[in-house]
Amino acid sequence: MSKVAAPVKGNGKSLKELNRAVIRFAGDSGDGMQLTGEQFTTESAWAGNDIATLPNFPAEIRAPAGTLFGVSSFQLQFGSQRVYTPGDRLDCLVAMNPAALKVHLRDLKTGGLLIVNTQAFDKRNLDKAGYATSPLEDPALGERYRLHRVDMSALTHEAIKDLPLNTKEKDRTKNFFALGLVSWIYTRPLEPTLDWIQKKFAKNKDIAEANTRVLKAGHAYGETAEIFGEHYTVEPAEMAPGLYRAMTGNRALAWGILAAAQRATVPVVYGAYPITPASDILHELALHKRFRVRTIQAEDEIAAVAAAIGASFGGAIGVTASSGPGIALKGEGIGLAVTAELPLVVFDIQRGGPSTGLPTKTEQADLMQALYGRNSEAPVVVLAPATPGDCFFVAYEAVRIAAKYMVPVMVLSDGFLANGSEPWLIPDPDSLPPIEIQFRTEKEGFFPYLRDPATLGRPWVRPGTPGLEHRIGGIEKQDVTGNISYDPENHDHMVRTRAEKVRRVAQEIPPTSINGPATGDLLVVGWGGTYGAITAAVERAQAEGTSVASVHLRHLNPLPPDLGHILREYRKVLVPEINSGQLVRVLRAEYLVDAVGFNRVRGLPLASDEIYDALIQLLGSQA
Amino acid sequence: MSPGGAEAKEAPKYTKKDFESDQDVRWCPGCGDYAILSAIQKSMPDLGIPREDIVFISGIGCSSRFPYYMNTYGFHTIHGRAPAIATGLRVARPDLKIFVVTGDGDGLSIGGNHLLHVLRRNVNVTILLFNNRIYGLTKGQYSPTSELGKITKSTPAGSADRPVNPLAFALGCGGTFVARTVDRNIQHMEEMLRRAAHHKGTGFLEILQNCNVYNDLAWNVMYDKESKLRYELRLEHGKPLLFGPPDDRRAVIMRGVVPTVVGAKDVPESALWIHDEQNVNAAKLLADLFAPDFPVPIGVLAAVEGPVYEEIMLQQEQKAISERGPGDIAKLLTSGDTWQIS
Repeated sequence: MSKVAAPVKGNGKSLKELNRAVIRFAGDSGDGMQLTGEQFTTESAWAGNDIATLPNFPAEIRAPAGTLFGVSSFQLQFGSQRVYTPGDRLDCLVAMNPAALKVHLRDLKTGGLLIVNTQAFDKRNLDKAGYATSPLEDPALGERYRLHRVDMSALTHEAIKDLPLNTKEKDRTKNFFALGLVSWIYTRPLEPTLDWIQKKFAKNKDIAEANTRVLKAGHAYGETAEIFGEHYTVEPAEMAPGLYRAMTGNRALAWGILAAAQRATVPVVYGAYPITPASDILHELALHKRFRVRTIQAEDEIAAVAAAIGASFGGAIGVTASSGPGIALKGEGIGLAVTAELPLVVFDIQRGGPSTGLPTKTEQADLMQALYGRNSEAPVVVLAPATPGDCFFVAYEAVRIAAKYMVPVMVLSDGFLANGSEPWLIPDPDSLPPIEIQFRTEKEGFFPYLRDPATLGRPWVRPGTPGLEHRIGGIEKQDVTGNISYDPENHDHMVRTRAEKVRRVAQEIPPTSINGPATGDLLVVGWGGTYGAITAAVERAQAEGTSVASVHLRHLNPLPPDLGHILREYRKVLVPEINSGQLVRVLRAEYLVDAVGFNRVRGLPLASDEIYDALIQLLGSQA
Repeated sequence: MSPGGAEAKEAPKYTKKDFESDQDVRWCPGCGDYAILSAIQKSMPDLGIPREDIVFISGIGCSSRFPYYMNTYGFHTIHGRAPAIATGLRVARPDLKIFVVTGDGDGLSIGGNHLLHVLRRNVNVTILLFNNRIYGLTKGQYSPTSELGKITKSTPAGSADRPVNPLAFALGCGGTFVARTVDRNIQHMEEMLRRAAHHKGTGFLEILQNCNVYNDLAWNVMYDKESKLRYELRLEHGKPLLFGPPDDRRAVIMRGVVPTVVGAKDVPESALWIHDEQNVNAAKLLADLFAPDFPVPIGVLAAVEGPVYEEIMLQQEQKAISERGPGDIAKLLTSGDTWQIS
């Protein structure tokens, strides 16, 4: 059902218009902050704003209450203009307990709105957060920020005191008080959340009633309490007309696969082993059996890729996904698909590493693993989506290329894209390029490694095809015949052929789009989930009259054919990445350009401010 | 559906030759694999399945060269992963008849986890595990089925780890068809291949196989004429567990829950242990019997029905499609919360 948001009217209190706002809800991992943030996102989408979100939660499912490491948060930026990132500095912080305040206060702008749930500031919680005395008693806090002390717990209980729920159940609804209050402050429509409550708690009327009342109580509190002298509105963004929905990266990857399955009219076999932050793709695909997507929760990462390869051998589209540690385990299997020359799609939802690292935090440090992380020379195609919604198109493209070239394709998403969401203009599936799969059935002249002259792809034969019985495997084989071969010259030829096949995928790459002047002082080159932060930084610098442009690479192997030329059109090249300098190394090696990295590896997205600072600094440097 | 799950397509009248590929066989002269290859090629026509619907999948090791020599579809994959690859293939293509060829190292060491799960899921594939108790392709290290104290290049002072019993392993994983045969017993091997191949679910067949280069006569108990006569216990459904030469017939009977060997004449007929393929608990006891204290059982230890993984999966898919129609991406994209911007 599509809806159009009705403008929300103020109540006589001063209503200020903003271009954009950055809000963070922070509390215990049991406080429902993710849900609060998601609902606020939906409300903002209804209000017609552009949005970017950043969920951030601990790896522990239920970290001990009140601790610093148990803090969970959800940040979003919404605006009346294009919003590229979840924002760097906060306009508003909602802290549900002392630990949340301690962890997040440093990100709040001076003069920013700070809303705290006072009842949580008791001795026990203060101790756990490491506060000797309550920070709320420090006058400096109120001087530096617009501090609002709200006893959300008490107000919540008061609103639902007559409902037959126990204390714990009542207490659990206080996140809706915070949501109601902040919704009032930013003039968000409550309807989507009210609808959601009715649907979600259809079977438990008391809980539905409690959440509804508490949400409205929070809203009414903002409206009537004297302390909030003003509230804000953010006009709808100028966005391309059409039907929109909120889209997360993981769901977009899953739906991209569904779209490809439907277009290709072959089944998909998705092998996966549970791993953060990739598991949601498995959950999503498992819901859509009608698309003939068969999901296998495999016994391990290796079995997951193996099942996908087996399926591809059978003429289905084999897909597997994981995060960095699982991709490492799949390496040998991916190598098999390289040499067997079977289509395979591998999603890598990157997270902080090495080893277990930071399972719930984002990173871009698997580029080298994607390019080179297998024994010997085992080139694969590597793609990277730029935004959550872009994951849909990249997943689809991965299937298309894999099938056309008979080659594994790796897609580098990350934790930020996977869990982040954005308003997404729903595409017309008919506008997607065709996926042409032609299984060979012709006996005459058949050889397993006979190559298509344009793609170098070998024929895809479904077992069951009479007369084309053949054997393939991981041992080096003679080109064309596919017979086992240890011939030195043949091996050299096959190594080059596998590489050339991947290089030929460059035929599929459209001209690189440049954001800014075609020639100038500085080019910023990025890939993957840093798109928003880089674009915001570059557009800010451009607005100040600098000669800066950016390109964002979707194709990381092969690289776009026009990239070498583009790089030489600028005096300097800056490559921001959430790693220690991986793409920058590739660009320097590939094009002999003096590209400079900007690298931060904190498990967080890059902030557009820091990219802006880095590019201004590089522009000003003499070197 | 025919037993392998393949569509009931009319298969031509094949001979053994139809299943021989044009590749030179590259096993060592005298290897037990030759006999197995020949028996498999010979039993293929009996399956009644068109050649193009048959796939052999293998991992790594001497046994895993197998697919190259079969004139069917074949995929020689990576070490230990054949059961997982076969699972993916089966899920994609339930119309095919799939064989997995593996060995004691490939199946029980590096691929032990996958073997566990393919058995537990009861995926409709036939698994042939060539057990020669040694790593042949890597030139003679001890394997997970080698006896304790095995002296090899990698264990000059003798191996320190106890062997795994493939039959007990397969039954412990919930295997629904578990059998054993011997590479030098061609007739029995052919019969077991047919039985395993016709089983609905995972058919697991251990083939005692000789590596004449690195572990010659490891199964001499079943090769030596006299010893074979003494120790071979042919399991036949509904028949008592009797073995040994005519002048010294013996019986395996149950004392409580302990299998015990007695003189056949010393116990009444009512005390004999009658083999029942449906009795998995009894099969688990049989799996542990071995010479010299016990006879060596060959034949089908257990054959029971069980839920088949890909059948359930495909039933779910069919149900979803019949209830709500095939997936429609355009509808999915516009489902749920959407909003119009004009």
